[in-house]
Amino acid sequence: MELFLNLCVSGLTKGSVYALIALGYTMVYGIIALINFAHGEIYMIGAFTSLIFSMALGALGLSGWGLLFAVGFFAVAYCAMYGWTVEKIAYRPLRGQSRLAPLISAIGMSIFLQNYVQLVQTPNFLPFPDLIPDLGLKGGVSRYASQTQLAIVAATAVCMVALTLFIKKTRLGMAMRAVSQDPVMARLSGVNIDRVISATFVIGSMLAAVGGLLIGNYAHQTDFFTGFLAGMKAFTAAVLGGIGSIPGAVAGALILGFSESLAAGYISSDYEDVVAFVLLIAILTLRPEGIMGSATAQKV
Amino acid sequence: MTQAPFSVKGQAGPASAAAASGAPGGPAAAVHAETAGPSGLSGPPAAPAAASPGSKAALLRRLAGELRAAVISAAWLTFLALPLVVFRINSAFGKIDYLWGRLPKLAAVTFLATLAWRFLLRRTAFSRVKEAVSEAGGPPPEGARGPAGRSWLSLLDRAPAKKALFLALAAFLLSVPFWTSPYVVLILITALIYITLGLGLNIVVGVAGLLNLGYAAFFGVGAYTFGLLHSGLGLGFWACLPLGALSATVLGLLLGIPVLRLSGDYLAIVTLGFAEIFRLVLVNVDFTNGPRGIRNIPPPSLFGIDLNGAVKPFLAGKGLLHPDMDLNKVLIYFIILAIVALTVLCVYRLENSRLGRAWLALREDEVACQAMGINRTRAKLTAFALGSTWAGLAGVVFASQITFISPASFDFMLSVMVLSIVVLGGMGSIPGVMIGAAVLILLPEYLREFQDYRMLIFGLIMVLMMVFRPQGIIPGTRRVYLYSPSPGAGGGAAPSAGDGEGQGEGPAAPSPAGASSAPAAPAGPAAPS
Amino acid sequence: MSGENAPLSPGVPGPEAGQAAPAAGDSPRDPVLSTSGVTMIFGGLTALSDVSFAVERGSITALIGPNGAGKTTLFNCLTGIYRPSRGTMTFSPEPGRNIPLRRLAPDRITCLGIARTFQNIRLFNNLTVLENVLIACHSRMKAGLLGALLRDRRTREEERAMADFSYRLLERYGLGPAVNHLARNLPYGAQRRLEIVRALATRPALLLLDEPAAGLNISETRELDSLIRRVRDSEELSVLLIEHDMSLVMSVSDLVYVLDYGALIAAGEPGDIRRDPKVVKAYLGED
Repeated sequence: MELFLNLCVSGLTKGSVYALIALGYTMVYGIIALINFAHGEIYMIGAFTSLIFSMALGALGLSGWGLLFAVGFFAVAYCAMYGWTVEKIAYRPLRGQSRLAPLISAIGMSIFLQNYVQLVQTPNFLPFPDLIPDLGLKGGVSRYASQTQLAIVAATAVCMVALTLFIKKTRLGMAMRAVSQDPVMARLSGVNIDRVISATFVIGSMLAAVGGLLIGNYAHQTDFFTGFLAGMKAFTAAVLGGIGSIPGAVAGALILGFSESLAAGYISSDYEDVVAFVLLIAILTLRPEGIMGSATAQKV
Repeated sequence: MTQAPFSVKGQAGPASAAAASGAPGGPAAAVHAETAGPSGLSGPPAAPAAASPGSKAALLRRLAGELRAAVISAAWLTFLALPLVVFRINSAFGKIDYLWGRLPKLAAVTFLATLAWRFLLRRTAFSRVKEAVSEAGGPPPEGARGPAGRSWLSLLDRAPAKKALFLALAAFLLSVPFWTSPYVVLILITALIYITLGLGLNIVVGVAGLLNLGYAAFFGVGAYTFGLLHSGLGLGFWACLPLGALSATVLGLLLGIPVLRLSGDYLAIVTLGFAEIFRLVLVNVDFTNGPRGIRNIPPPSLFGIDLNGAVKPFLAGKGLLHPDMDLNKVLIYFIILAIVALTVLCVYRLENSRLGRAWLALREDEVACQAMGINRTRAKLTAFALGSTWAGLAGVVFASQITFISPASFDFMLSVMVLSIVVLGGMGSIPGVMIGAAVLILLPEYLREFQDYRMLIFGLIMVLMMVFRPQGIIPGTRRVYLYSPSPGAGGGAAPSAGDGEGQGEGPAAPSPAGASSAPAAPAGPAAPS
Repeated sequence: MSGENAPLSPGVPGPEAGQAAPAAGDSPRDPVLSTSGVTMIFGGLTALSDVSFAVERGSITALIGPNGAGKTTLFNCLTGIYRPSRGTMTFSPEPGRNIPLRRLAPDRITCLGIARTFQNIRLFNNLTVLENVLIACHSRMKAGLLGALLRDRRTREEERAMADFSYRLLERYGLGPAVNHLARNLPYGAQRRLEIVRALATRPALLLLDEPAAGLNISETRELDSLIRRVRDSEELSVLLIEHDMSLVMSVSDLVYVLDYGALIAAGEPGDIRRDPKVVKAYLGED
């Protein structure tokens, strides 16, 4: 029982981080029907910038909550800029071409970013410090969940709520929904499609940055290749939930997180990474529109 | 952030803006990526803007504007790259190394890159407009230039020149082992293996338009089939060659069946995941020997002749062989050369067959393809499985050449490399893929300093080629059919075919082939039948 | 076929001389295609409700209606791209042979003998004109993988026969000089024509044309009029077309069906349709 609860908590934690990344995939897919392969790399860059700024700002004497939020700010800002620039360079010039061209460009961008970070930083694993200050939790929940885990779940929940509010309440959010449903009509009604697409990349990248910062704290290490597998799993989560659907992505991510943890705990940790793939094939075979999707999937 | 670093609209005028933002047919076409033609060039052209700069002053002003825009873009990129490039993590001491010395270099690289980017973007846009203008004018001119992309190799399109070149190349390649060093032979074997892989992937990506990102896995299946069947059952190269190809095909079918019913995008991610899982399983499973891999894979045999013992002294004695040459490798060289020749023949024939045309239709437009009575799933599946076959074939040869295989040989990087070859050379183009492989495999061998930047460059190639030259270095050309018009009602047309242009004469000018009374069978120079 | 929505089939004028549709002239009821109660629901939206109609063998039948009336949706149901939520569709490639269409895939339907064109031209842009037509011969060819690789005598002969057939078909419709041009390099009008020729190469018994006049100028539209008649007569098929150009519809069609908000509101000969108050209302709105 104890093991089961522990596994559930770690599944929830992982699922939360996958959800943060999966949202970027699902939003971009909802808007321009493109698998943004470079998204996993944005997440990796989020982890790297977090680490860099935590060390740089830490050396300047910042600590505690101040450090955490400063690091978060820089990571989110830089990832947003990366996301915006990547779209501008690798995808925008290809809009209106066959579906293969942007896909290849995306995979090229992903490889480029991976190797760029490897070359300018390091090919080795880097230790990641614990940035979340001591919350002083005792007894109760903390028997099963570390405070990092709780913080990750809480932060993810906050992001989800913020995103939902943004999509539902703001003009830009509404424009996004409009574009994802019918780009032609949206443009005719005066929506600036370019701006909406840029905004989608920026928001997706910001969420990925939060994911990168949190997972660094949780795994206590990072490397240039971390975005590859994480990105693939997050995409699986997005497909699982029905690609294009925001609640679907979150649900898919949680399911994936739980399945992975349980597989790692009860079968073998060697095959933890295989779970995502098996789920992906299974869902594509049995229910390609995803668990939350219907024939007309709810998009963004 | 209001100043967009890569915006072409401000500076470059309407034409390049329209073409660069990929809005060929007005607003609707821009957002309907799936309905636009593959090259996105079909729309009406905007006025050529880059032309006629007017006066010298205007030219200078434009130059200044160009420079200013490049500076702004470069500044943005430098700012973006700064924390990752300049603040390097020093994990040994748990601190940051501030490498400010990298900053000028970074600024210079980004500045030159943006200048080149803007120049290329402008040029691409301009050439697209030019093409559109020249094509918009009325019906196709009578007996004018043929169809498909004008290749700068057009001289070679003439049949005799092609034949002569082909024979010369064949003679050269066959003679290579007898006057070069063992090292050159090894590199050539590698290059030829990649050509085989590239041609195989070309069927999937270039012809059928399905993105397979896990090609390395199918290559690995071939290699491991040989390795395991040899270590387990003692089977030799020749028995394993078809078996390796077969197992890769079967795996391709098994993977393809659930996925290929769906949109092509899923295939990319599923194949990517599959390759990763394949590697993980190889590492974790016992009977493949885990990360230690399989050793002592034998070279191919040749009727039981001991090549190095019996034949080598004879040849070396006559000065026909490098003294250190391993004749087993030479044999592998000839085998892979034959496989490449066979592959070229097969791919050429496939492309101009019922099946190949179904694949092309699939690539061009899935809905229209089905409306032509083509079973979409079956067409996809055959392309995908057949592409895997060649990976398996190449895998067996690879295992035999390298004698030791481990999961590390079949990682994602290999898939990326093969995809880069296809993208660089030209999707759907046989000579393109061969040139692409030659460039990407041979150049790094001789430019060692590029070794570190290899993957970076592969990634860049994919992005840049897609943006600036999606058709590749040597675009694929379509077969040209020669006809004479029917003389009257009921008169049969006499079809014949040649390749490339220079022969694409319209019916108004009867061609030699068309004028003959007996219709000649369609046949291309590369397919002597 | 359910009572009130039974296919309306007022005496279709007998096909013009020179075309062979043996039964059409005598029997008033020999439909090449008939549907009954076809309903298509997307989510909560009913795109087609209870559509029952028939296309007389050898006729040119038009389907008109305001934008969004469900015309293209109906085409997509007929060609298997959508599966209608309810209703039956029966195709009869030759008299006495009735095939239910409901559960068939698009490629099967094409092989049975229904070919179509698309509202926004969907040619294989980077292939030559001849290849576009050759691809449409797919289902009539037999060569498989082995045939392609070995290129045996049978395959070569089949290839040549089909290339010959395609060329002659193109020549017949004025595209002979363009056989080796890439489809995307053709002028717009020729692309429309090529799409029709490509559909013809599947040897259909019924040709569905989705707004064939869209984007054409006046003289091209006039040519289209005679082209459609010529296609019907020389290829011995029936035509169902969606069109907005009323002058074309009125001059070319034998029978017109009017669709509005997913339901059939009128059917009849062009002259009657023009005067039908329901049709006028659907097009011009209330008042």
